[in-house]
Amino acid sequence: MKRLLFCLPLWALLCTSAIAAAPIPNKADSAWMMVSTLLVMLMAIPGLALFYGGLVRSKNMLSILMQVMVLFMLISVAWVIYGYSFAFTGGNAFFGGISKLFLQGITPDSTAATFSKGVVIPEFLFIAFQGTFAAITTTLIVGSFAERARFGAVILFGLLWFTLSYLPIAHMVWYWDGPDAIHDAASLEQVTRQAGWLWARGALDFAGGTVVHINSGIAGLVCAYCIGKRAGYRTVGMAPHSLTLTMVGAALLCVGWFGFNAGSALEANGTAALAFINTFLGAAAGTLAWTFGEWILKGKPSMLGAASGAVAGLVGITPGCGYAGPMGALAIGSITSLVCIFGVTRLKNWLRADDALDVFGVHGLGGITGALLTGIFAAPSLGGTGLFDYVKNAAVSTYSISQQLTIQAEGVVITLVWSAIISLLVYGIVNWTVGFRVTEEDEREGLDTTSHGEAAYH
Amino acid sequence: MKLVTAIIKPFKLDDVREALSNIGIQGVTVTEVKGFGRQKGHTELYRGAEYVIDFLPKLKLEIAVPADQLDRVLEAIQQAARTGKIGDGKIFVVDIEHAIRIRTGETDLNAL
Repeated sequence: MKRLLFCLPLWALLCTSAIAAAPIPNKADSAWMMVSTLLVMLMAIPGLALFYGGLVRSKNMLSILMQVMVLFMLISVAWVIYGYSFAFTGGNAFFGGISKLFLQGITPDSTAATFSKGVVIPEFLFIAFQGTFAAITTTLIVGSFAERARFGAVILFGLLWFTLSYLPIAHMVWYWDGPDAIHDAASLEQVTRQAGWLWARGALDFAGGTVVHINSGIAGLVCAYCIGKRAGYRTVGMAPHSLTLTMVGAALLCVGWFGFNAGSALEANGTAALAFINTFLGAAAGTLAWTFGEWILKGKPSMLGAASGAVAGLVGITPGCGYAGPMGALAIGSITSLVCIFGVTRLKNWLRADDALDVFGVHGLGGITGALLTGIFAAPSLGGTGLFDYVKNAAVSTYSISQQLTIQAEGVVITLVWSAIISLLVYGIVNWTVGFRVTEEDEREGLDTTSHGEAAYH
Repeated sequence: MKLVTAIIKPFKLDDVREALSNIGIQGVTVTEVKGFGRQKGHTELYRGAEYVIDFLPKLKLEIAVPADQLDRVLEAIQQAARTGKIGDGKIFVVDIEHAIRIRTGETDLNAL
């Protein structure tokens, strides 16, 4: 009897620790992830829709709004059917598996790992959050072939590109088993072996400089080359029909981006707060750099420049928002913005593609710049967080800028090459099956009436 | 009857309208137009795309007047619309064959 009584507390302890071993989500983290997801959705609809829409001629306004909205919804659905499974389950270094097709087996109690040991969020929220990323990335490409693409072709291209380019790159950069799977050198080695190709090599991409911006940016450039220049390019006036709406779109992007960047921390913690303030500063630095840059170079600061600068700065800070310090964010935002000015002027002329809304000039080039600068400004010597050792559960004391830069460059090149090849392939398939470009007659009349049977303005 | 067409700078509309009112002319039709003469346009810059805008916004006024009032009308418009700078505009005069007031059916001079 005495022995049994003595053992009872021991049993109780064992039982409670068995229950405590499975972490449950914190309500604040969950609430934050819900808000972040909504903010990213707002970035796309109506943020990006208006930003792009205001830049085209009024006869094509609705075609932009349609392409962005419908593509966003389509990819959201594809995401839960197969996208999430192929991006965020184990498979090989490039592609996940089929274990979570149709989100099978996932319940309201299922959890997803964060970047902190013992901290989880409801898996449904992780799925929704990541779904908005997949959707908005795909809609970004729309800007490159604006004003001349067939609606059906855009839908088909978006779906195939999402499947063959977005999913593998998301898997390569972001898939890992989570921090709770790492407790010693052996488990670290196993997690690394099973993780995505670029994650395993140590590429830093907090919120999607490669996965989102470089990926869609180069796809846009390839599509622009393939589809050809708009009828009357450089002779007919193609000035933006509403920079007012473009500014509204840019402002919505600015605000929504806080969800995009800080939400990528997957918790409401210090890292999220760092990403939050870096987002704030990336936008500010980007806006100011473009505005003053344009003022000096062209004589007049423009509204389009300020809006573009904000976006460029935000694109630049996206991969490094959880790693760079605030001063680093100012540097990244302003440098990226200046590089993008070059991207939408000189470089655009050299490339000779009609990338109508500068998808490559801003997102592609901005993403490349941001990804590389992340390697520099993540350094503790420059105010960054450095790298984290999940075995010792502490920051790594050393940081080699040159080594990290090399890894970042590798990520950039792999993304550029993969996305470019896939985009070319998918464009070819779509063009061969349904035809990508509208007739010249329809293009001159305008896509709103010819593709959608509506006029935006009367 | 004469049809007076005057192309003027947009901000001069109120002055011209008042001047016409003072000499008893009550009806004017106004259209927003764009055009250029000797006045230079401006350039607009959208990221890397530069547009040279030759056309300037103007207003076209059309006034039907009895022939005996023509000189006073021309004088009034000229005085009111002039700034002395390039781009003040032009006035053209053509003959009107017929005029009809739709509501009553009155014709020619009774319609003005």
